[in-house]
Amino acid sequence: MIRSEHAGEDAAAWSHALLSADVLVVGGGPAGTWAAIKAAQAGADVVLVDKGRCGSSGATASVGTGIWYVEDEPELREAAMASREALGGHLADRGWMARVLDETYARMDELARVQRYPFPVDAHGRQIRDDLQGPEYMRRQRIRVQRLGVRILDHTPALELLVDADGVVSGARVLDRPAGQVLSIAAGAVVLAAGGCAFQSKTLGCDVNTGDGALLAVEAGAELSGMEFSSAYAIAPAGTSLTKTAYYSWATFYRADGSVLEGAGSTRGRSVIARTLLTERVYARLDRSTPDVQQAMRKGQPNFFLVFDRLGIDPFADMFEITLLAEGTVRGTGGVRITGDDCSTSVPGLYAAGDTATRELICGGFTGGGSHNAAWAASSGSWAGHAAAAFASWRGGRPDQPWPAGYAGLRPMCAPTLTYREVIAQVQSAVLPYDHNYMRHANKLIPALDALHQTWEAVRDGLTGAGEDLFRAREAAAMTAHGRWMFHAALQRTETRGMHKRLDYPQQDPAQQFRLLTGGLDDIWTRPEAGSRASAVPGGLAA
Amino acid sequence: MIEVVERSRCISCDLCIQVCPTRVFDRDDDGIPVIARPDSCQTCFQCEAYCPADALFVAPLVAAVPSDSRFRDIEELTTTGMLGGYRRELGWGHGRSLGARTAVGPEFPG
Repeated sequence: MIRSEHAGEDAAAWSHALLSADVLVVGGGPAGTWAAIKAAQAGADVVLVDKGRCGSSGATASVGTGIWYVEDEPELREAAMASREALGGHLADRGWMARVLDETYARMDELARVQRYPFPVDAHGRQIRDDLQGPEYMRRQRIRVQRLGVRILDHTPALELLVDADGVVSGARVLDRPAGQVLSIAAGAVVLAAGGCAFQSKTLGCDVNTGDGALLAVEAGAELSGMEFSSAYAIAPAGTSLTKTAYYSWATFYRADGSVLEGAGSTRGRSVIARTLLTERVYARLDRSTPDVQQAMRKGQPNFFLVFDRLGIDPFADMFEITLLAEGTVRGTGGVRITGDDCSTSVPGLYAAGDTATRELICGGFTGGGSHNAAWAASSGSWAGHAAAAFASWRGGRPDQPWPAGYAGLRPMCAPTLTYREVIAQVQSAVLPYDHNYMRHANKLIPALDALHQTWEAVRDGLTGAGEDLFRAREAAAMTAHGRWMFHAALQRTETRGMHKRLDYPQQDPAQQFRLLTGGLDDIWTRPEAGSRASAVPGGLAA
Repeated sequence: MIEVVERSRCISCDLCIQVCPTRVFDRDDDGIPVIARPDSCQTCFQCEAYCPADALFVAPLVAAVPSDSRFRDIEELTTTGMLGGYRRELGWGHGRSLGARTAVGPEFPG
């Protein structure tokens, strides 16, 4: 059971209440809930904290998502793996792909049997398990987590990790937003499942995804991987948060005068849209669909049509203005480097799952849709939760006197000089423009990275906040750091591979077929991952 | 963005206050949620999906609408069926069948 007490002599004046658990899970989306389920099943007492609210927060809860679920037949599995290798720039790993396909298959079966998720049924009475409605999925995940005795703390963002004298991660400090109180949670192991970073671009449900997991991990000493694969942008009707892109497969794209925008498309032609949006408006119409397809679309993704219906737009008949919203590392593949099959990191006691972790292991430098990320979330979350429980059990008693690992946004060196809103505005102006992040070129990346470095210095020297503003300051710090890691890595990869497109290096360079590690806070570094070339698929070089 | 909290429909269950990922709502002295932090709204529609009384309406735009907008006109929202529309699609609420059970999209073009 979880004990609660008051630590009277805590040096930090803003931290008093102390909770204790075997495993602390940071984040309550698909990865965090699977982690909590598997840790609890392994016998651990588990606390799960969510910045928003477990079950209705984050990238999955507000959407429908495909999931990389493939029947357990060798030919189908082989085709599923092979189809992704070139797209991802040959940086994925067959062993990880096979494990994720197995694990996803098992977890979706569990979701159907135990959480009783109402999968649709085909004409032969078999459940169709390759698609999930986010609200329904996450509602059931929360209930399952609660039934296993996990204590869920909603509206409780993690501020920083706690690390013991040996460098082992030992819990976190969190902010209880409704109470305005900072708590320390001591834990034998921590799973970071706090999502990726979409820079509060208003992509659906992702304002909470500010890259907190990566910042917490790096502060504790972890490495990142694939941060250059962070240039995903989603199509949305202008002025909305509806970043659901799948149905634009049936779209034609137009200029304001009604002429067709040649070369524009939902998948391969999206950069044409981005380039055009720099100077003029772009419109879409889903006019390549038949009435049967249109009917199926409404069944498949009702919240896609919710927005159009409310706007009074018939997307099959009317041209509507579109925009592209940044999805950063939510739909990108970069994140915390995984060092073991159990989703451990290079820091003992710290596990990473879902969009907080790199997804290169299963899809290299490109996802395309949510399907791989959803499979990765269920798989990595389950492995991380199970392993964290084992680590905490092996470690034994609770750590005493761990020290807090964070600084930027929490402990300024000087008097505050700027607000979190100013920081976010600076970060967004550096990261969001299409000609900075989507179509990359050193001419734009270098000045944008310089600006981000200056913002980081200002954050480190003079940003913090009280009450709600304390975690807002940390979000701003996390987004600043994320932008710097992304653009630093993007400059280092002098080629075009996966989603990473360099206008000044438009070709894939066989000599750069490796995963790129990144880390550091004040001074950022990158280096190729040793052995990642060897683990890539033979024959990849020739493709 | 969240535009409407219809007091006459609200049953003071606090669900919207709890489910909102960005803590947009506070509770007023009568127990009714108030839109305390509209800037924090991310237009994710979760509050509307969870409201058992169809008392909330999220406009499909990320910026606030003018006060005379149809997205703030409770009569129009009611008569057009927009109020409670998301819950209806999800099949959430007594006597409805879950939308997930029939959520089969089209085959994608090759």
